[in-house]
Amino acid sequence: MDNALWTLYARPALITVGEVLAIIVPLLVAVAYLTYAERKIIALSQLRKGPNVVGPFGLLQPFADGLKLFLKETVIPSGASPVVFVIAPILTFTLALIAWAVIPFAPGAVVANINVGILYLFAVSSLGVYGIIIAGWASNSRYAFLGALRSAAQMVSYEVASGFVLVTVLLCAGSLNLTDIVLAQRHVWFVVPLLPMFVVFYVSGLAETNRVPFDLPEGESELVAGYFVEYSAMTFALFYLGEYANIILISGMASVLFLGGWLPPAPVVPFTWIPGPLWFALKAALLAFGFLWVRTTFPRFRYDQLMRLGWKVFLPLSLGWVFLTAAVLMGTGWLPGHG
Amino acid sequence: MEALKRSVRSVLFTELLEGLSLTLRYMFKHSVTVNYPYEKGPLSSRFRGEHALRRYPNGEERCIACKLCEAICPALAITIEAEPREDGSRRTTRYDIDMTKCIYCGLCQESCPVDAIVEGPNFEFAAETREELFYNKEKLLENGDRWEAEVAKNIELEAPYR
Amino acid sequence: MILEAIVFYIFSAVVVGAGVGVIAARNPVHSVLFLILAFFTAAGLFILMGAEFLAFILVIVYVGAVAVLFLFVVMMLDIDFERLRSGFVRYLPVGAGVGLLLLVELVLIFGTWEVAPKRLSSVPVYARARLTNTRALGDILYTRYVFAFEMAGLILLVAMIGAIILTLRHRTEVRRQRIAAQLARTPKESVEVVKVPIGEGA
Repeated sequence: MDNALWTLYARPALITVGEVLAIIVPLLVAVAYLTYAERKIIALSQLRKGPNVVGPFGLLQPFADGLKLFLKETVIPSGASPVVFVIAPILTFTLALIAWAVIPFAPGAVVANINVGILYLFAVSSLGVYGIIIAGWASNSRYAFLGALRSAAQMVSYEVASGFVLVTVLLCAGSLNLTDIVLAQRHVWFVVPLLPMFVVFYVSGLAETNRVPFDLPEGESELVAGYFVEYSAMTFALFYLGEYANIILISGMASVLFLGGWLPPAPVVPFTWIPGPLWFALKAALLAFGFLWVRTTFPRFRYDQLMRLGWKVFLPLSLGWVFLTAAVLMGTGWLPGHG
Repeated sequence: MEALKRSVRSVLFTELLEGLSLTLRYMFKHSVTVNYPYEKGPLSSRFRGEHALRRYPNGEERCIACKLCEAICPALAITIEAEPREDGSRRTTRYDIDMTKCIYCGLCQESCPVDAIVEGPNFEFAAETREELFYNKEKLLENGDRWEAEVAKNIELEAPYR
Repeated sequence: MILEAIVFYIFSAVVVGAGVGVIAARNPVHSVLFLILAFFTAAGLFILMGAEFLAFILVIVYVGAVAVLFLFVVMMLDIDFERLRSGFVRYLPVGAGVGLLLLVELVLIFGTWEVAPKRLSSVPVYARARLTNTRALGDILYTRYVFAFEMAGLILLVAMIGAIILTLRHRTEVRRQRIAAQLARTPKESVEVVKVPIGEGA
């Protein structure tokens, strides 16, 4: 009986915990260094030096920041709804982490290889709006509330377009499983036939993570800091960790869906020497660099321009591309998994 | 033709790509910032920093308590009280500068007939309390002793223009 | 098996608890949050039954879109809680009556409901055939129920067009940005460089 308990429940549970830690720890380190990379890259493009005091080249800066935020006092505004106020950042952070459960790093190297992985990702990213909207409401502050409303409308709008982008990828891959989607790109990465959709997905990713040029929810010139005005110390840190984890997640998703995940650019010798997870990390890092690059280059959109782009450009474009892809696949008989 | 060119430009995001390439080029340029606490930018000999009261080389303080600086100070930051010393010379008994009032206009050093009050090259005198910024005569004379070399050099450099 | 049962009971308890929370919470925003919790946990129950497609669609559609709109509307309401509760005793008999009626109807339905044996057995067939339930749903929806499915889609489309037509009005007094016209402007037609002689400029 003892033995059965061990083999049936305890050991799988321990293995799962190990897998989760093996993803979360590098992810958190990556998040920490994404904040560092952001500050360095923006500094470089503005002919500054960026953080360079804490540790060699300022490499320990993210940990110093984290320690500072950890030691500060968490202030809960007196008019706020305390339980909901604390739940919001936890929710944001948790959602940013749990999405990684289905991202395949290499063949078989995935925590949960579920059949509907892409739906899982879509569901998790559509939940992300709650952390923000709850934060804005619970803060009992006008600025936070306005930021939350903007953010919610923005995320819901761009979710629609990115949903259609996912559908085009599904049509080409013939599976909702992310490992199968990567394997379907053995011959040609989906970025080649679906380049416009890749652009739509990436820009929608910018909008869904509330990044420049779509960072109106935290538009500091009019809303102070948007939905997290009232947050301080660890609750604030959780929001920020969540935001940066989401950037990495969108980059990871884009590299799985369009850039062939762990697959090398071509199955020839110099490329095949580099292991799959490293290819995945390289592609994700490149896309994440794009987020920072865009941040240091472009000014913020006006809100009506943002809505116009989402509803009047991206939505018809992606919907049209779904039709086009389906028509081409049916017409040529390339529809995968047919019959 | 013009319309076609424009639509191609907007479909291919050429303007966005131009912007991106500009920032990318700048990332590889040499940064212009100075690593401040370790490196410092050059200061003009006319720089107006922290005040100091100078002495003659024999150790006698220069200030003769004429109160011209007190009179000209637009921020009313300087307070001077004076009475004759035992040897009969006119000296200050009190020379206070409220550094929180001072606007660093340099009129005090312009008005001084004996180059006693000067604004030295020191700008790193931030303090944690207001009280530390209410300078008295002792503090100002101490500043003068500390910065005499730099102050003297600046005055010498500026001499041709006076 | 035991573990599954435990998880099932935990999830069910949370669903029921959240359902009670929806009607018991004083603050309507808390009600909506409880509703979201109920949706979410129900999705968990779906997964427990092996219907992962349905579970995620539930999360995406209801939690990700519908409940956000609920939350939006409820958050914007300026509600006087005292006045909201003032008529509680007066309306209690009516509310209780309607509730009782619904309960009786439900009992009647479930008491006489016979589960079709063929339908029930169709679920394990898909499981045995190693079909993913996305595919199983697709197979049924686009063959057997294609008419009903397309009809539902059409009705939703009509409803959407109707909503747009009801709210769309072209207001002539509002100045709008004409982006195409702005982009079409060239320096030649919008900027004039004038050489003004010194002393002549007014």
